[in-house]
Amino acid sequence: MIELLAKTPCDGLLPRTIGTVTLTEISFEAITSVAPLTGQEDAVSGTLKAQMGAAFPKPGRTTGKAHARAVWSGLGQALVLGPALQPIPGAAMTDQTDAWACVALEGDGARDVLARLTPLDLRPSVFRQGHAARTELAHMSAVLMRTGESRYGIMAFRSMAKTLVHDVTEAMTSVAARTRL
Amino acid sequence: MRIDCPLCGPRDRREFTYQGDALALDRPDPEAGFGVWNDYLHNRDNPAGPTRELWYHDSGCTAWLVVTRDTVTHEVHRVELARDVKEAGK
Repeated sequence: MIELLAKTPCDGLLPRTIGTVTLTEISFEAITSVAPLTGQEDAVSGTLKAQMGAAFPKPGRTTGKAHARAVWSGLGQALVLGPALQPIPGAAMTDQTDAWACVALEGDGARDVLARLTPLDLRPSVFRQGHAARTELAHMSAVLMRTGESRYGIMAFRSMAKTLVHDVTEAMTSVAARTRL
Repeated sequence: MRIDCPLCGPRDRREFTYQGDALALDRPDPEAGFGVWNDYLHNRDNPAGPTRELWYHDSGCTAWLVVTRDTVTHEVHRVELARDVKEAGK
């Protein structure tokens, strides 16, 4: 039998530190999309909370904590990052563990780096800790979340992992260069 | 131009795709006749002023929106989820 080696989406590309900002890859045991059927929102939220400790997030929000987080990802849908889930009655679920490249951008100036890549309003008073957004990042569809004062989670499609790292590190280089002036 | 998505908040125009007049939501009865269907499929007003349009928030929440805006002033008056508009019309 052929022995296959599991590789993470950003294998060989990360971590990178440029200036004061660091880009690292995050791996989760599982990524599952959860979409409650009409009228089942409260029941699904309760079951989800019992299973992994986080309720179904409201639009533009995250619930839970690192490695057990639910992220709002669109109309009536959340992505659960962390433990593998058991089937939830009343919800449509898909396993997306291998579909996403997940990275964390952290450090002084992380916001300046993101501001070069996305049209999202990133001001700290608007995009607060615990907020999430489905938006575009360097013309890629992405999920952004603010997980700390100067820490952001970024998810992009796995097929775009190399592009994601390229574009973010380009922006990191530009921000670092400006800081040195 | 910014569109204030009911789910995502104010977002840049580049996150959205324009579809056409919101008339498309009012699909006529299959037996409504040639004239009604001809109107529904092909005939659109071209107003200088307020207009209702369908926009798709493809880079955001992936919701269909009904945007009421003014073609003269470019002002966006109202943004609703197409789902809500459809429900309200029932």
